[in-house]
Amino acid sequence: MNTSGWIQLILFAAALLVTAKPLGLYLCKVLDANGKTFLDPVIKPIERLTYKLTGVDPKQEHDWKRYATAMLLFSLVSMLFTYAILRLQAVLPLNPQKLVAVGEHLAFNTAASFTTNTNWQSYGGESTMSYLSQMVALTIHNFVSAAVGISIAAALVRGIARHTSQTIGNFWVDLTRVTYYLLVPICVVFAVVLVSQGMIQNFKPYDSASLSDPFTTQVPKVDDKGAAVNGPDGKPVMVDQKIDAQTIVQGPMASQIAIKMLGTNGGGYTNANAAQPFENPTPLSNFLQMFAIFAIPSALTYFLGRSVRNQGHGWAVWAAMFVLFFAGVMVAAHYEAAGNPNFTALGVDPADGNMEGKEVRFGIFNSALFATITTDASCGAVNSMHDSFTPMGGLVPLLNIQLGEVVFGGVGAGLYGMLIYVIIAVFIAGLMVGRTPEYLGKKIEPKDVKMASFVILILAFSILGFSAWASVSKMGAPDATGALTDGTNNSGPHGFSEILYAYSSCTGNNGSAFAGLTANAPWYDTTLGFATLFGRFAMIVPILALAGSLARKKLIAESAGTFPVSGPLFTSLLVGTVLLIGALTFVPALVLGPVVEHFLMHAGKLF
Amino acid sequence: MAAKTHSIFDPAIIIPAIGASFQKLNPAHMLGNPVMFVTEVGALITTALLFSGGQGASFGFLLQITLWLWFTVIFANFAEAMAEGRGKAQAETLRKSRTETKANRFRGDGALEEVPSNKLRKGDVVIVKAGEFIPGDGEIIEGAATVDESAITGESAPVVREAGGDRSAVTGGTRVLSDVIKVRITANPGETFLDRMIGLVEGAKRQKTPNEIALTILLSALTIIFLIVLISMKAFGIYNGVDFSITVLVALLVCLIPTTIGGLLSAIGIAGIDRLVQKNVLAMSGRAVEAAGDVDVLLLDKTGTITLGNRQAAEFLPAPGVTKEAMAEAAQLASLADETPEGRSIVVLAKEKYGLRGRELNELPHATFVPFTAQTRMSGVDINGTKYRKGAADQVKAFVGGNLPGAVQSDVDRIAGLGGTPLVVASNEKVLGTIYLKDIVKGGLADRFERFRAMGIRTIMITGDNPRTAAAIAKEAGVDDFLAEATPEQKLALIRKEQEGGHLVAMTGDGTNDAPALAQADVGVAMNTGTQAAKEAGNMVDLDSNPTKLIEVVEIGKQLLITRGALTTFSIANDVAKYFAIIPAMLLVSFPSIAPLNVMKLASPQSAILSAVIFNAIIIILLIPLALRGVKFRPLGAAKILQRNLLIYGVGGVIIPFIGIKAIDMMVAALHLA
Repeated sequence: MNTSGWIQLILFAAALLVTAKPLGLYLCKVLDANGKTFLDPVIKPIERLTYKLTGVDPKQEHDWKRYATAMLLFSLVSMLFTYAILRLQAVLPLNPQKLVAVGEHLAFNTAASFTTNTNWQSYGGESTMSYLSQMVALTIHNFVSAAVGISIAAALVRGIARHTSQTIGNFWVDLTRVTYYLLVPICVVFAVVLVSQGMIQNFKPYDSASLSDPFTTQVPKVDDKGAAVNGPDGKPVMVDQKIDAQTIVQGPMASQIAIKMLGTNGGGYTNANAAQPFENPTPLSNFLQMFAIFAIPSALTYFLGRSVRNQGHGWAVWAAMFVLFFAGVMVAAHYEAAGNPNFTALGVDPADGNMEGKEVRFGIFNSALFATITTDASCGAVNSMHDSFTPMGGLVPLLNIQLGEVVFGGVGAGLYGMLIYVIIAVFIAGLMVGRTPEYLGKKIEPKDVKMASFVILILAFSILGFSAWASVSKMGAPDATGALTDGTNNSGPHGFSEILYAYSSCTGNNGSAFAGLTANAPWYDTTLGFATLFGRFAMIVPILALAGSLARKKLIAESAGTFPVSGPLFTSLLVGTVLLIGALTFVPALVLGPVVEHFLMHAGKLF
Repeated sequence: MAAKTHSIFDPAIIIPAIGASFQKLNPAHMLGNPVMFVTEVGALITTALLFSGGQGASFGFLLQITLWLWFTVIFANFAEAMAEGRGKAQAETLRKSRTETKANRFRGDGALEEVPSNKLRKGDVVIVKAGEFIPGDGEIIEGAATVDESAITGESAPVVREAGGDRSAVTGGTRVLSDVIKVRITANPGETFLDRMIGLVEGAKRQKTPNEIALTILLSALTIIFLIVLISMKAFGIYNGVDFSITVLVALLVCLIPTTIGGLLSAIGIAGIDRLVQKNVLAMSGRAVEAAGDVDVLLLDKTGTITLGNRQAAEFLPAPGVTKEAMAEAAQLASLADETPEGRSIVVLAKEKYGLRGRELNELPHATFVPFTAQTRMSGVDINGTKYRKGAADQVKAFVGGNLPGAVQSDVDRIAGLGGTPLVVASNEKVLGTIYLKDIVKGGLADRFERFRAMGIRTIMITGDNPRTAAAIAKEAGVDDFLAEATPEQKLALIRKEQEGGHLVAMTGDGTNDAPALAQADVGVAMNTGTQAAKEAGNMVDLDSNPTKLIEVVEIGKQLLITRGALTTFSIANDVAKYFAIIPAMLLVSFPSIAPLNVMKLASPQSAILSAVIFNAIIIILLIPLALRGVKFRPLGAAKILQRNLLIYGVGGVIIPFIGIKAIDMMVAALHLA
């Protein structure tokens, strides 16, 4: 890794460390229904009006069941709303490109994906979604799905912090306050900063530019109806096409990108996502976007420490996340810098590393760093193509997602996922200090272990189960001959990685893709859509049940015999638990994908 | 019954256990243990494959894998059978203490009838005479007797049991030595403490504790996860053009699921109760043993637990103008005829502190001894016209006829104020000085309490003494806190207060008025000499009636939990090495270029898989002694214990299987087994 890489990494770590406390303190105010913030003069009236219009009593708190019901209802209704807009976009306004209605499978997939904070995109935004769809149907989820995640994390933290309490907060209040006081204000500022870096924000139709250097490419020949024409050998007939003009995307980009990063949504305005020059214009915008992904998750650990009155615990969790993040960056950067030995034989300077699929403006390290961050969190924005990473470089994002995206993680989701590992770590290791395991004064009882186990189980079940199904069936888009394929772009372990990555990404609510998979086919759209729903709601409900169970418990007094949940020992334990419990599940799959591919690459075989 | 430990390798336990390991293969029994149930199903599948031929691999390899899978199940059963066997042996010792006897029971009409003791029911009243065995657990309702309880406690000195008060309970199987007592039977046959205990240690009536249930849930979840992993792996293999054989997948599954802890879990629980029994403590449930590990406040009665039962002479305080030596000699002479422990302690103090040789009564043939009695509260000796006396201050005052010298009087008052007993020594009319009798704190307690503090356990001394005395003794004993002038109500209130503060409280007690507190405490250890009410209220009974044992009970509880956690950590950590052994072996044929993944350089794919399976089975056997004896317990703070155990069982759990599998692989290769 070169010096500029190190400087960048150190700056990034420093920014995270420095902002965790102030932002965390602000989060404490936002997540307290009676908290006072400096924005109260502006926002409080709007907040009050919202409660009045919706009939919410902000003073009333709910038990976990009501909290969960409210969250599920809200998600269902907002998902249906998005589905409706996508299906009707052709007849709705703000559609200068005259884009047609989104198909039913894709609309389901997209609605599920955005509701769950996944933002998996089986489509290219600029060629599929109208301005209205982008701004209303999708962007609204960028805000509220992030707010839901933070609310759930807050509910769980309340469950941990409270004792002999029936309630864990009011979902509607959490949702409203997170959106109004946290996400919207920061996004307004962030969007302006992004515009200052050259990001676009307009409602113009797409622009077109003449290429100074036109070129010719081969495309499949199509008949009048737009269907591919096959030759006598059954393969499509290819014809030359001269490319002399380029469509340049326009639209309200900065406003969407701000929340895309801050809310760890990741759904790109354009298909190229953060590699597109408008969507990521400068090194500074690149840095800020990466920082925006981790900012809230990092601050949430401070919120945790503050809420449970054990700041050491908050920092220990932060440190465990940082260790895992740092290791990921190092591995990914190492393998990307090492590159592909087969290219050296073709005359590529090995010092260049693996530049395939990378934006030259960002280079190896910034791509590896971005890939690690976006998959540590459940963001899914990309500034390089993960599909083109070296096998081991690509293993890092894949594993990050499979661990449950608990390395800072998605807004809220990262913290509540990590707290599940904390419960499991405390349970197993807690026995070893000779007492019934306890976490911050709460005994971990069968019910709590059941809920935590269920979360881990769902993760394995959805990722491995769907991947196994997909890898033995031919359910993907039909090939040129009309025969169904498995949808992968590559064969062998690389193709397998594409499938595995897709289900990992959707279950983990990440949304980034190993781009090779042609996922916009009915079966994939449907199963991936369900994976996003499992990954979100099948986890949140047991987590809320856990929060309710913890909140009801009596507090046990602290003593020298109490299991320590702060300090380097706990951090190591937590890292070890994430790696042992989380990673062991995926070892066989990772070996059959990236690891085998790695060794084959060194043996000269590519896919 | 004296505490007796059985060797781990006692053939009398091992041989029946081997038989039981096969009986336990019954799937209905295995269902209670999901991890081992899955292992057994795996073994059944490979057995079926073995007999159906097929699968391509050599018959010898399949046979060995199948056998070792069965061994894994059998070894786990063996661990459980061993623990139960040791419990049974323990129970047998207990049972021997119950001699079948005849009982003289009152009939409804008041006449006596002779019935076998096993026909007695709760509420029956029996008469037991000197020389007879008490036919069942009960309570004396009339009379008093000396009873030989050595069969239960191992203590040969007879004890007095009498109707009313706190010493009215008698235990079946003990023998009346003198007098006649009328006893009301308080337990039906099969429901006595011994019976309940025997049920517990034999494992028959053992219910899973909450911790065990929680752990079983986690282990089951891991088992299901690895099932998903293995099933999906078959599919992933198909995509990659690799056909994983079912046998190998089952082998990998069994290696990955937590068989080590799954196989040893119930053995650990039974062994924990068994260790308590070895200490002569009967627990009413496994839950009580675990609760003992959680306790962080110990309420300890001063008398008997912290101090010796009797006060002892600690200091001689001569009157003005009297040398210490002169006073010591007079005190010794005056105490020779005092046979009470207090009186003996004066002689001992004079000998040890002032070098006065011990004198016997018969050395002074011309002396006239005045023995100590409760009425005179004074003892002494008349030698050659000199009357040496020692006794309570007012008695001696009367003896010398007049007031005590001012200095002596102030010593007397000061000692009384400190809660000690002042005794005054005089020769004829001359007051020589004061003897300070005080409570003697048992040796080694301060160290023990210090270790408890390190573990985060607070000790509170309960005493009827005044606060000043209590503070002095508390300081000397090193307890953290004390409750002075305690009444049973205050004791109960203290327990409630501690529990509201989030503490778990353990205490010992024997009297009927201790019963509410014993019931309220999280761990209540009743003394076997105590009343029936106390025994029913507590959740443990100490047969030796030694209140200090509470401390050991806590340690056993902690040890039980630590053992469980340590083996769970070890079991999960082992998976890393097993992956490194088996996964390369599974892929090497299809993808020869992954050879570097075979970091252990195992001889062949088949020997790699076989070695991992063998390791997985043998580690259960190797860890049986650890499971039965428990992880060595150290009284340290939680952070230190955690660090230590994480290193041994976590990091060790990652490293050891690498070494073990490699060693087995070398043997397998050398013997050409695969």
